[in-house]
Amino acid sequence: MADPKPGNAAPAKKAATGAYTPAGVSPNRRGRHTYTIRLWAVRHSRFFEWFYNRFANVFLLLHPLWKTLGYSRVEKPITFVERHVKGFLFDCRMCGQCALSSTGMSCPMNCPKQLRNGPCGGVRSNGNCEVEPDMPCVWVQAWKGSQNMTGGQKIMNVQKPVNQSLRETSSWLRVTAEAAAEREAAANKEMK
Amino acid sequence: MSPDINPHDPGAPLDPLPGHSSRGRLERVLRRGEFAVTTELNPPDSANPEDVYERAAVFNGWVDGINAVDASGANCHMSSVGICALLTRMGYAPIMQIACRDKNRIAIQGDVLGASAMGVQNIMCLTGDGVQAGDQPGAKPVFDLDCMSLLETVRIMRDNGKFLSGRKLSTPPHVFLGAAINPFAPPYDFRPYRLAKKIEAGAQFVQSQYCFDVPMFRTYMDKVRELGLHEKVFILCGVGPLASAKTARWIRANVPGIHIPDAIIARLEGAQDQKKEGKQICIDIINEVKEIQGVAGVHVMAYRQEEYVAEIVHESGVLKGRQPWKPEMNPADALVAARMNAMREGAEQNQQQLAGIAAQHPH
Repeated sequence: MADPKPGNAAPAKKAATGAYTPAGVSPNRRGRHTYTIRLWAVRHSRFFEWFYNRFANVFLLLHPLWKTLGYSRVEKPITFVERHVKGFLFDCRMCGQCALSSTGMSCPMNCPKQLRNGPCGGVRSNGNCEVEPDMPCVWVQAWKGSQNMTGGQKIMNVQKPVNQSLRETSSWLRVTAEAAAEREAAANKEMK
Repeated sequence: MSPDINPHDPGAPLDPLPGHSSRGRLERVLRRGEFAVTTELNPPDSANPEDVYERAAVFNGWVDGINAVDASGANCHMSSVGICALLTRMGYAPIMQIACRDKNRIAIQGDVLGASAMGVQNIMCLTGDGVQAGDQPGAKPVFDLDCMSLLETVRIMRDNGKFLSGRKLSTPPHVFLGAAINPFAPPYDFRPYRLAKKIEAGAQFVQSQYCFDVPMFRTYMDKVRELGLHEKVFILCGVGPLASAKTARWIRANVPGIHIPDAIIARLEGAQDQKKEGKQICIDIINEVKEIQGVAGVHVMAYRQEEYVAEIVHESGVLKGRQPWKPEMNPADALVAARMNAMREGAEQNQQQLAGIAAQHPH
């Protein structure tokens, strides 16, 4: 293709500052230019779904432990582990309200528009992103990933807007705490 | 005179009808089952209201709704709220677009209330192009909500009378909710399901991206009908004239999400008068899509060729003799004007003089 960055007509010319813009840098300056691991994770979405379900159960079993130690006290180390594990596998952005199970294991926060409900209308015909022409569209991947998953139809759920105040917190602990609270509420109901 | 007019004040909302969520003309036309035509106003780079009125005047009597775009293509223009406020004053039926790119949920919910108070009856929820596409690529992209959560937010405001936070509204915004669809971008098999999601989130009508590939649109509509979505939402197919083969090539290379098949470009190139051929292609496409079951109307986008909208609509014959609204004088105003004229022309009675005469007049 003649134009290396189709969809972004003359970016240097338009840059309001007139600052030097190196060629070949993505419009929103993401360091990562290879998406190998992220794409691999999407291809193995079924395995990750299976693994996560087991993992969530284990975390729920450990609920008494988290409770004894105090959720607020374990927050920091767990967040550290979560950020690095999910960061490595999914390029996790730590929004704190993980939607990976509903998005085919393709993290929607990697979308330059941070769409959580499906692809925008700007997806290129080769399936790449409108904003970052080198990046495969997060939602094209999400659709592929969800096709492999047993709970893939969860991609049809309308996701709530991101609660920005939960950024940089552990999604694992939140899910566990909520599940435990739900379980307790159900148990209390039965007692009555 | 158009039936969809408020007899007391052309700028005021219409009388509410059962089953209608807005008090606007577009919803009435669609729910009556008439083939609707909407278009897009090219927003001025100016603070002069006359510029808006001038640009809207070319659509008089040809369209049922005018999209007031919200910085389309991430280029700065007069705001959609401003354009809508001007248009509703004159009785037009604007469709206010809201893009998630520039405003967070606080600003958006405020704008929805403000617009509704100004008489806006139709709101269209969009994600918006990325800032890199526009004239100010250094801007901060907001994208606090996405089009889906935006639809849901406005629906909650309208149906539950609440902000997203749960705080109550004393008067909810009665608006007809729209969204955009693009059947021409991957992942193609997800697109109909995405429409289903939009309907679930609150979309009542949708306008599509430019359709230049009718077979592709037909495939999409087949799936939409299979899912039964065409009965839950009014689908308006986006069409528009291409000015020349060169423009078409430029659009294809630079505007993401617009799919132009080679056949269209070849047809443009082979023509003597490319502009005329572009218009003819648009009319041909309208004639094809209007026959597709489930298509409730067309959305004619003629950027910088707005004066052709009337011709395109006329020559395609989609209105079948129906004439959409055009600015008409308030009947009450006509009465006042006639009275003023009569006063100006006729002999005015000077009451004081008459009283003087009467006083001096012997019985």
